[in-house]
Amino acid sequence: MLYDIKLVIDYTFQTPAAGARQILHAMPATLPGRQRLIAGSIEIDPQPAMRRDRDDFFGNRLTELAFNEPHNNIEITLKARVEVTGSTAARSASVELRELARSLEAETDLGARSPLHFLAASPYAGPDHAIAKWARAQVSDGQACAKIVADLGQSLHGEMRFDAEATTVDTPAAEAFAARHGVCQDFTHIMIIALRSLGIPAGYVSGYLRTLPPPGQERLEGADAMHAWVSAWCGPGVGWVEYDPTNATFAAGHHIVVAHGRDYADVAPVRGAIRTAGTQTSNQSVDVVPVGE
Amino acid sequence: MPDQAAIRNPDRPSLLAGYATVPNVPDELVREDGSIRSEWLSLISHLDRLSADERERAFARGAQYLRDAGVFVRHYGEDNNPRDWPLSPIPVIQPASEWQALGKALAERAELLEAVVADLYGENRLVSQGHLPASLVASNPEWLRPLIGVKPASGHFLHFLAFEIGRGPDGAWWVLGDRTQAPSGAGYALENRVASLRAFPGFYGGSDVERLVTFFRGFRDGLNAMRREEGSRVGILTPGPMNETYFEHAYIARYLGMMLLEGDDLVVDDGKLMVRTVSGPKPISVLWRRMDAAWSDPLELEANSRLGTPGLLGAVRSGEVTMINALGVGIIESRAFQAFMPRLSEVLHGRPLSIPNVATWWCGGEAERDYVRANAANMMIGSAISTRLPLEPEPGAVLRGDMSDIGLDLDTWLASEGRNLVGQELVSLSTTPTWEEGQLKPRPMRIRVFMARTREGWKLMPGGFARLASSDQDSSAVSLRSGGTVADVWIVSDKPVTEDTMLSHTDEVFVRSAPGLLPSRAADNLFWLGRYVERAEGQMRLTRAYMSRLPETPAGGTPLMTRLEAYLGKHGLDSAEALPPALERTLAAAVNAASQVRDRFSVDAWASLTDLERTVGKMRQTVVRGDDAASAMGVLLRKITGFSGLVHDNMYRFSGWRFLTIGRSLERAIAMADLLGSFAERSGPHGGFELCVEVGDSVMSHRRRYPITASRETVVDLLALDPLNPRSIAFHIDEIRDQVSLLPRADVNGQLSTLSRAVLRIQADLSVHTPQSLDQAKLTELGQAIGLLTNDLHAQFLE
Repeated sequence: MLYDIKLVIDYTFQTPAAGARQILHAMPATLPGRQRLIAGSIEIDPQPAMRRDRDDFFGNRLTELAFNEPHNNIEITLKARVEVTGSTAARSASVELRELARSLEAETDLGARSPLHFLAASPYAGPDHAIAKWARAQVSDGQACAKIVADLGQSLHGEMRFDAEATTVDTPAAEAFAARHGVCQDFTHIMIIALRSLGIPAGYVSGYLRTLPPPGQERLEGADAMHAWVSAWCGPGVGWVEYDPTNATFAAGHHIVVAHGRDYADVAPVRGAIRTAGTQTSNQSVDVVPVGE
Repeated sequence: MPDQAAIRNPDRPSLLAGYATVPNVPDELVREDGSIRSEWLSLISHLDRLSADERERAFARGAQYLRDAGVFVRHYGEDNNPRDWPLSPIPVIQPASEWQALGKALAERAELLEAVVADLYGENRLVSQGHLPASLVASNPEWLRPLIGVKPASGHFLHFLAFEIGRGPDGAWWVLGDRTQAPSGAGYALENRVASLRAFPGFYGGSDVERLVTFFRGFRDGLNAMRREEGSRVGILTPGPMNETYFEHAYIARYLGMMLLEGDDLVVDDGKLMVRTVSGPKPISVLWRRMDAAWSDPLELEANSRLGTPGLLGAVRSGEVTMINALGVGIIESRAFQAFMPRLSEVLHGRPLSIPNVATWWCGGEAERDYVRANAANMMIGSAISTRLPLEPEPGAVLRGDMSDIGLDLDTWLASEGRNLVGQELVSLSTTPTWEEGQLKPRPMRIRVFMARTREGWKLMPGGFARLASSDQDSSAVSLRSGGTVADVWIVSDKPVTEDTMLSHTDEVFVRSAPGLLPSRAADNLFWLGRYVERAEGQMRLTRAYMSRLPETPAGGTPLMTRLEAYLGKHGLDSAEALPPALERTLAAAVNAASQVRDRFSVDAWASLTDLERTVGKMRQTVVRGDDAASAMGVLLRKITGFSGLVHDNMYRFSGWRFLTIGRSLERAIAMADLLGSFAERSGPHGGFELCVEVGDSVMSHRRRYPITASRETVVDLLALDPLNPRSIAFHIDEIRDQVSLLPRADVNGQLSTLSRAVLRIQADLSVHTPQSLDQAKLTELGQAIGLLTNDLHAQFLE
């Protein structure tokens, strides 16, 4: 399936912001067997004084920007064409938790895709007693990891209410869980915390969703902005699976990956330090349109 | 060498009469047989010769020095409750031979740490070959992923280290903790040494105690040698005055003659790190950071950090700056690494550890877990990645198997959390004498020692920062957790020591070095310090003028007093209060500005400013309106003039001083224009002219210059137009013009800067006025024009 993606992020500063410096994680990735970036461009208005692309530790492509002159407004426009070929549901039977733990203990690889990075607390996904207790209640003995991932995601989807207004970027996952509401970022962080508490390595995937569903299907939540879902490691045989708890589905042909990280902090679409005295507002719009459908 | 027989002489100095060491615990001062160790002999006999009074006075001098210098020797690092640590007047004394051996062993350990950290940020062979558990690295928040694969520009990760060491029951030194991140304490060691000098002035000079200066000079020269290009600078990066060790940062910066910088002082431009100075951005290529890595760059590390410099990691990655130490090396402070150091030494260096560290077991392995379970009674069990010493366990750690805070039994806890836990043996530490209730008393101690990479290799500071426990009840290290004192550490040489200085040894002809750069933030603080101090002085004079008139004012008031009340009110001064709260606020603002540039002040000036603030605090309790308040203002005026005198008498006449002076002149000129505008009205209330002369502190000048009573003409002439009166507007406009013309960038491409032009305009305007033409409206206008200079100054230098 081919998609055309357009993302526009617009920042307005009350007082001109000088010396802004940002890191963007917005370009869809090329993942062999899964998706392929055919073409992509990022335009920045006004022109930054410095712009450089490089890969981060996890192998995600990022764009670094620096502005010298003060600006009232920064507009970032991304356009990309992506081919999505694969899905991420487990293709083979995965191991149960005790065996998973044994595999992890034997693991000595610290490369970008090593599950070891995704077990410990991270800035947005630190341990939480209530989430861990809830997670424990969802699993029974001897269950396969991939099944646990799907069950947890399904339960979370059932218990949480999607509410675009209830939380902000900085609402702790524990708080969103306690109130059982939030957006894709909250769903994802809660599920990451739950999986890690069980000993399943879990990370954060940022990406795009097809905006309008194919005829006869329901529109997916979170398609109006950049989306997020969970990746979980289910043992050396199965490897990583990706689950979207906001929509209670394994990430399939409608999910386009931008970046993998431990949590939002690693892959935020725009990460940046802006020196400004006043407030800033931002708008984000996303269009993901199938080509030739 | 002292006579051995004398050492064993049974008639011990009377000082040692009550000195009872702890059984089975080594003591630094006396041997097991009760004889004094030879390196202590001369100090003990010196103390013994002093009368009880002389001794107490000597000790008091040392303590007084630290108080005067504003040294708050705080419990550093491991504890979030800062408290002051009093100085124990008796230094810890070690023989040079022992220190040399220690230095050799610690240099080997430093090289081992370097090799480990280079691997963790490089090929990660130690993990892939199974010498280190992967989870220990992957779950460590100090393993900074954005820096993996980045080689340090200097070729080394580690340049300045601290080790916490203690002497175990067998008499050998043990490493209790490695400090690689941003070790503090070296400045305190220096300050404690100065305190020692004060306490033992006659003794120290003639003693063979090794001096600290050579160590610091070697380290500084090493830093200078790492600069990327001539003209690029070395700076010290501090989290700022809110940090509990800020005092030390300022002290070290002053001592080493380096710029003290905050994250905000730095910008990254085109991959290069620059410091924002009043002369524009200037390159900086070596940063000695006193800030934890996580806070250093909000763009790639802790996003909420307001202390860091966005883009710093980019500059590090492109090899444009050497960080002392490299960002990310904090990982090896984690106590779990201690469990693996013996093995890593074998793997990397092919030999056992040169100096043992605290016996540590990582509970992720089954055999280790079993051992810890069996020996929990003599252990601290706690977080594997914590950087705390075993003697200062974090909340949630278990001491001697006491599980009451955990809510689990030991077996279950170890089984479920094992990978995240370590057990560390609780070693008991040697004792050293302190002074309590007129007697020497043995106290358990540990020492923080410092190592620097110099051009001649690793060097151990011949001294350190000792911490003594508050009691000898529990001679195990744990008792160091609360209370206690700090002490200087003396290394006594068996050869005569020579004096040394911070000046570089060079045979070249003496060249006067260019004055240092002034960071914009420091300039801003100096400017405002000048303004606040002057404002406080003005507020004192106004309050005094009001309070001294109060007793003779009839019940219904007078027109002058009514106007004065309104005028005070306009300046936020509440005339109903004997000591207006606004004055306290102004002083607090001055102290705050001064505290951010402490590296640029003499100790005396700082002490006089804080003394002023304290005095106001005390006066608030007792002073009443009227004459009492007026005389209190007199006291404060004398004190504040003392501060100004100290600053203006000894501050080097360069950019920093110029900003301070401009601030003062600007404030004074604005206040004077305002005062004259309000009280020098021809038809104003009776007594207004005299008030101007009094508040303008020009009573004597007026009497000398004009043999008549004050009139509008004499007052405006003297206080606005007379360029020779240091209280007049004209005098201060001249001063501002002089200073501005000497600041960097006074002209831009041959043209006067906006600021220079604005000052010149005011000066020209003022010079053609007569007392008659400078009417009330013009005075107001003048005050406003002078006030606007602040904006131009800001735009030119401080943004």
